[in-house]
Amino acid sequence: MTLPLFIEQLLNGVQLGVTLFLMASGLTLVFGVMGLINLAHGSLYMIGAFTCATVTGSTGSFALGLGAGVIAAALAGALIEWSVMRRLYARDHLDQVLATFALILIISEGTRYLFGGAPLWLDVPDALSGAVALPGGAVYPLYRLAIIGVGLLVALGLFLLIARTRLGMQIRAGESDREMIAALGVNIASLYTIVFALGAGLAGLAGAMVGALQSVRVGMGEPVLILAFVVIVIGGIGSIRGALVGAVLVGVTDTLGRIFLPELFGLVLPPSEATTVGASLGSMLIYLVMAVILAIRPQGLFPANA
Amino acid sequence: MKKLMGAATAALIAASAAQADTKIGMITTLSGGGSHLGTDVRDGFMLAMEQAGSDVEVIIRDDARKPDVAKSLADELVQKDKVDILTGIIWSNLAMAVVPGVTAGGTFYLSPNAGPSALAGKNCHENYFNVAWQNNNLHEAMGAYMKAEGIKKPFILAPNYPAGTDALTGFKSRFGDDVAGEIYTKLGQEDYAAEISQIRASDADSIFFFLPAGMGIAFTKQYAASGAELPLYGPAFSFDEIILGAVGDAALGVKNSSQWAYDLDNPANAAFVDSFRAKYDRTPTLYASQGFDTANLILSALGKADPSDKDAFRAALKEADFDSVRGDFAFGNNNHPIQDIYIREVVAGEGKPTNKLVGVAIEDLQDAYAAECKL
Repeated sequence: MTLPLFIEQLLNGVQLGVTLFLMASGLTLVFGVMGLINLAHGSLYMIGAFTCATVTGSTGSFALGLGAGVIAAALAGALIEWSVMRRLYARDHLDQVLATFALILIISEGTRYLFGGAPLWLDVPDALSGAVALPGGAVYPLYRLAIIGVGLLVALGLFLLIARTRLGMQIRAGESDREMIAALGVNIASLYTIVFALGAGLAGLAGAMVGALQSVRVGMGEPVLILAFVVIVIGGIGSIRGALVGAVLVGVTDTLGRIFLPELFGLVLPPSEATTVGASLGSMLIYLVMAVILAIRPQGLFPANA
Repeated sequence: MKKLMGAATAALIAASAAQADTKIGMITTLSGGGSHLGTDVRDGFMLAMEQAGSDVEVIIRDDARKPDVAKSLADELVQKDKVDILTGIIWSNLAMAVVPGVTAGGTFYLSPNAGPSALAGKNCHENYFNVAWQNNNLHEAMGAYMKAEGIKKPFILAPNYPAGTDALTGFKSRFGDDVAGEIYTKLGQEDYAAEISQIRASDADSIFFFLPAGMGIAFTKQYAASGAELPLYGPAFSFDEIILGAVGDAALGVKNSSQWAYDLDNPANAAFVDSFRAKYDRTPTLYASQGFDTANLILSALGKADPSDKDAFRAALKEADFDSVRGDFAFGNNNHPIQDIYIREVVAGEGKPTNKLVGVAIEDLQDAYAAECKL
């Protein structure tokens, strides 16, 4: 284990964490403010990626594609909130799960109908391709550094939005007591649409950025969605700060676990067994962390209404 | 003579009647991650059925790459629809959930893709035929090829599921154990930053990886973006035509091993590739060729025997009396193929990179588990 390798792996963990944060922040706001479980959040991630791939493909500009992806996901979010979610606020969580699960199926099959089953091509823009040397001897892909930068900027923006603006005040008030702020004359319906569209736009941003690294394909959002739920449960539902800390914790644990556990087992087991045992345990690690945190702090690390 | 003619006519009628009554169940992956594999197996299979003008009923079901779904679909197809032949499964973990029960119950299973080692050796079954390859085969060929090319220290990685362990076992059986490192990744994983950092920190001189479908796309792109420059090797699963379309130029120059190539020079293959392109407007992958061969094998056997006469039908399958698009094809004692494995290179094509046949890695390769099978 050399220092450059450790730095690289730590950055890998932070980068995964930051993308998870973009997903989790929307999820946690929607759950915290609106009391809504939205399984279709992964579909908004996919919409962002598909729009970005299509627009980048036809204009040649990744920046335009990224912008289009965010806007398309936000619009899709607003449309979903207006057409489906509104009818679900008063309902049981089970009804919300059912309806949003149906949305996953509809959006996935609709995308397959429009784009076909094969993954779309989307690549890292030329300006951000390649790797840079970091102090300490590590070499790291520029695009991943850019993702970390964008993610941290978004986190900062969200903190300021929630803590310093009128909209943020309404969101915080909505979390605590939605009847009261409605009685005070705040248009709660449009507030909910804005919050939902904001969360959707962030999911679209994550999908578009990650799509260039991975593959843009139907169903790409669901594995990320599961991790995002783990993040908001660890971080405390409704809390942006919790989502950030939880996301980085999950990202770093997952990355370091799946690399270093096999090496650790290699000290006591033969190599081929060590890799299989280590890999299996590594993929379980974040759930173990979640279980431990829930056992000590059932409400999560930073519960919103504490 | 007249009597003989009569018998022949009767046999012909019986054979075509057998076709009309025969039911084939296909369980394959048509949605979710890796759905292009199932789509190509299905399209290749149905193309052969259509070209033969067959009226055999084919019932197609989607397993969404989930073992429990595949198992319940298999139960339904065997018990309710009473299919004679089951086929279609792409993934080895799904095959392990379905195949042993199906074949023990007396239904034929023909694998168009998965070939887990557990079903090739001691637990081989007379009703189980593999029309693709035993899982280790393409990796064995690549191991032998890389050794011959003078590669010293490859870093090897594969997903943690039966075909992944078969892959690295197969590779090492021919290359030797002296590798720079080996990693098992999670099945379906799409972020390989951590693995790539680890490879760069090792003393590897090359990379051998088995990552089918979206996993291969993600790995190759991220590898190209990381600035690392070790040469990549892998089985065809990491570089099929669909993957190349999504990876783009990052894959240029990569060598991969395959039992089939679309530019393989034989009449059956030329006709297959032309008709597949004409019908589906894309170049077939190896999965499509396997689906096509599976259907033609079934049709050849149906021409000789009725599946209800299990011994006769089994013998007809075992003859492998069909024109395989991969050239020579024969079954070994364990009903797995004995076939040549080729090396292909990724070169620039029209709009996207494509595979070009460059040589033979191993001729008449039979899997390593055949001797353990009592058939």
